Parts: sequence; structure tokens; C-alpha cells
Amino acid sequence: MQGSLSKDAITTILVTAVLIWVMPLMIGTYTLTVLIVYGMLGLSLGLIWGFGGILCFGQAAFFGLGAYTYAIAAINIGESTVPMILAVLVPAVFAALLGAMMFYGRLNDVYLGVITLVVTLILFKFINSTAGPQYVIGTARLGGFNGIPGFQTLNIPGRPDDYIWGDSYFYVCAVLLGAVYFLVSALLRSSFGRVAVGIRENETRMSLMGYDVRIRKTVLFAAGAAIAGLAGALFANWAEIVTPSLFSLGQSAEIIIWCIVGGLGTRFGPVLGAAGLAYLKFLLGQQSIIDNTLITGLILVLFVLFLPKGVVPALAGLWKVSFGRRPLGRIHQQRRMRNRERQNG
Amino acid sequence: MAEVVLETHGLTMRFGGVVASNNVDFKLRARELRCLIGPNGAGKSTFFKCVTGLQTPTEGEVYMRGIETTHWMPHQIASLGVGIKTQTPNVMDSLSVFENIWLAARRFHDVQEANLKTQEIIERLALGSIARDDLGRLAHGERQRVELGLVAVGDPWLVLLDEPAAGMSAEDVERMTGIIHELNKTAAIIIVEHDMQFIRSIADMVTVFHQGEVLMEDHVDRVMSDPTVRNVYLGKKN
Repeated sequence: MQGSLSKDAITTILVTAVLIWVMPLMIGTYTLTVLIVYGMLGLSLGLIWGFGGILCFGQAAFFGLGAYTYAIAAINIGESTVPMILAVLVPAVFAALLGAMMFYGRLNDVYLGVITLVVTLILFKFINSTAGPQYVIGTARLGGFNGIPGFQTLNIPGRPDDYIWGDSYFYVCAVLLGAVYFLVSALLRSSFGRVAVGIRENETRMSLMGYDVRIRKTVLFAAGAAIAGLAGALFANWAEIVTPSLFSLGQSAEIIIWCIVGGLGTRFGPVLGAAGLAYLKFLLGQQSIIDNTLITGLILVLFVLFLPKGVVPALAGLWKVSFGRRPLGRIHQQRRMRNRERQNG
Repeated sequence: MAEVVLETHGLTMRFGGVVASNNVDFKLRARELRCLIGPNGAGKSTFFKCVTGLQTPTEGEVYMRGIETTHWMPHQIASLGVGIKTQTPNVMDSLSVFENIWLAARRFHDVQEANLKTQEIIERLALGSIARDDLGRLAHGERQRVELGLVAVGDPWLVLLDEPAAGMSAEDVERMTGIIHELNKTAAIIIVEHDMQFIRSIADMVTVFHQGEVLMEDHVDRVMSDPTVRNVYLGKKN
């Protein structure tokens, strides 16, 4: 990664400021909030897939786990601070255990994808079958396919009656996305992040250089799950209900599409891809002529065929071609031609 | 006599019914340079993989500086201070030369020292002009040289090189020879190689593998003139 961390900090603050002040002029804050949440979810997969080379088909599992953890803890505790922390920790610990099992078991590529997919399915099936009154954690009923409604939403820490909602909730989500984006940038600039990119590029070589690839992949996987868990908790607060559809395969597939369309291997790409496609889905949901999943599928096919690196890398490449340095070879060639013309009179 | 840095006892590797490495006893002393030669399928690469942890031997033991490493993984072996270069260039293609070497340096040094070490290796291996280029864009010889840089930057005491001169131009081979001699001042080196000219230019002692076993171990000149070796390796009869 080029540039410095302070440059990242300034960029993040500027982008967050634009998001907070300019975007509400175009899109309502209620819709913007969920776009931010999806952006964070996209960033979580973008981190582990784009920079760690871990293709996880089950990012929705961590998202759903974060949402359910928040809902269950909020009902039991009656205040949102501890549930928010738990919503980050529980998916992270779950991912650390799952990751350790996979990476220490030397599972890679397609096997890793299959296992994460199966785990998501298991959670989906399990949560769906918890409609009975015996499925209770503390005072919270899991509710099966009906989900869990009516839990305590976000409040000012220590003041359960002072809810953060509406525009204030949008600001909180925007600032949290900025903070997570900056933390991801800092992680990627650290030695750990640079080693993670090395592992993505060539696991065997990194191992032959003395790096324990398994522990690093496990930690990165858990970090991605923690971010997805936070996004899940924010989603739960926004929707005020959590349902098993959070764990659905459709949700998992969408996150992968967001990353591909936005641009893998970039930090901003998955955020942009997630927010853009989710907004498109929202707009398409207002009409009944075309099914929106068809459009999403078509967009994916078009991107894979014509823009496989995604929007952000394509825009970056265009910027470089338009305003970047000219290739040295061409300058030298022009200079040589000018000199030759001069010599020939 | 110098310390034994690598030792194997009865190293055997079976793949189903095929015995790729059969009861190999091997010793390498500090700052020794040994070439492993033999025809295709002789068991050199299997031996190399068993020693580097890329494969776990079916039987036998491997010792490095007296520590048993038979069931260790490659990263554990590399962490001891062992530099490993595999047969094909094994590098991070989309990262620059600097980033590749820096990652290798960072494993053994803090950030500041890793930066200095990387710069030092880039200068030593004459990689300055391509330091910022992505490895995927470099020629084969340059990639091989960079991989040797990854090995050298960790200041290893044992270096294991699998066909370092493969596919290189005469000029690159000459440069590579110089780098290996430089490394040999502080490290014991094993080279698995086919190029006889390269072997003659670099090694004194040679171990010949044949059908998974050690056929002969002697000075390069005596090995080359040995009728059995000529028969099995060069395909010539007396």
C-alpha cells in the first residue's frame, strides 16, 4: 500500500464528512443508514478476501450472529452498550474457532468455501427451527422464522432511556464506518497486514520464509467476522427485528457480488459496491416489472466479463492513465526522435 | 572438524508402492557446499522436500544442529535460520522486488532493520534498477535472483537450493555463482542441480542419488570420472 497512515486518516475524515453532510441531501437518512451498514459488511469480506485471499461464502453467518447476539443480549440486559460489544466479540470468537479448525486442518480454496457455506446453512436451519417456547436464552425467545422483535435499541451508554435513533443513528453509523475503515487501513499498513497480502499472493513462499500462515489467517478471519458482527448489530438496531433471513444464502451471495463489483483488493471498492448495489436493489424494489435478483445477476455477469477488477480499480486505472506519470519508455522514444530530427537538420 | 548442521538417518519416503527416498543417511557440516545430483526420479527433490518440511518422511529422522525436525512444518524449519529456495521461482508476483525482500527481512528483524537489510540485499544482488517493479513483470533470471535475495536476507546458517540455475542465461548463472559463494562464507549450502558445468564451477563435494538411495559421495572430479556414476547418470558405459 502506498501513501501514509496520516493521509488515510485525512481521507477517511473527509469522506465521512461528505457522507454525513452531502449524502442526506440526495437520499433519506433511513435508507442511507442501511447502505452504510451494508458498506461495513462489504468491507468485512473485502478485508479477508481481497487482502487475505480467504474466500468466505459465509460472511452472512457472522452478520446474522452479530445481529442475534445484540438482540438476545439487549433483551436480557436492557441496555445497548454491552450487547454492542458482545455483537463484535461473539462472531469474532466463533470465526476464530472455525478458522483455526479450517486453517490448522490445511483447508483451502474450494473446501474453505464449502465449509463456510455449510456453517451458514446450519445456522439458518437451526435459527429457523427455534420457534418453540423451549428455545430461550435468559428472557429472550429465539422465535424461529418469526425472529426476535422488540429489543432495546441503541442508547447513549449508561442511559437506557436516551435512544439514538433517526438522523442521530445515521451519524453514529457513518462515524463507525469511518472508524472501521481507518482501522482496516491501519491494519493493512502494519506488518501484519503486509504479511497477510504476502500470504494472499503465495502461501508456500511465506511459509518457507518462516511465517506461520495458519495463525495469521485465523486472526484475519476473526477480524473480518468482528466487523461483520458490528454491521449485524447496527442492522438489528436499524430494522428493530432480527430474522433467520440474515443467515440466508442469498445474503452471503450478495456480499460476494458487492466485493467483485466494487473491486477486490481495495478498501473502498467493497464499500462502494455494497452501498451501490443495495441502493439499486432498493430502487428496483419499488417496481414490479423486473425481478431485482435478475438485475443483480446481470450486473455480476457484465462485470465479470467486461470489468473483472471492479469499479474502483478501473477508476484508479483511468485516473492514472489520464493524470498519472507518462511511461518512461514513451518519453525516451519521443526525445530520441526529436534528437534524430535535429541531427538530420 | 566443523559442526554437523544437517543430518538424516534412514530417511525414507514412500508414495504408495513407490519408494522415492530409501534409507538415506546424510551429513552436512557448517559452511560446507554440497551438490545433490542424479537422474530424473533419483529422489533428490523428495529428499529436499523431506528436509525442508514440505513433505513428512514415512520413516527416518532429520536433525538440524542437533534438533530433531522430522515432523516440523516449513515455517518452523525456516524460523531456525534455514533459507529455502524451491525448484520454480516461488515469489509474490504482484508485489515489488522491495516488498518481497522486505517481507522476508521482517520475519527476522524489526521494521527499521528490515528496511535497512532489504536495501542492503538489493544493492548486493544488483537489483536496484528493478527494486520498485512487480515481480510478475521480471525475467526468469531476475526472479531467481530475487528469490535468492529472500533466502539471503534472513542471514541463514543453512541454505537449501533446488535448481537455482535452471533456465538462466550464462551471465545470470555466473552472477548466481558469485552470490552462492558469498552466502557460503557464513552458511552451509545444499544445491540440487542438473547443470554439470554449474556444479563443477561451484562444488567440491557431490552426493549422487540413484533410485532413491545415495549411490556415491565424493569430490566432484572423482564422481564425474566414476564409471558407475557415468553409467547411471550420464547414460554412458565404459
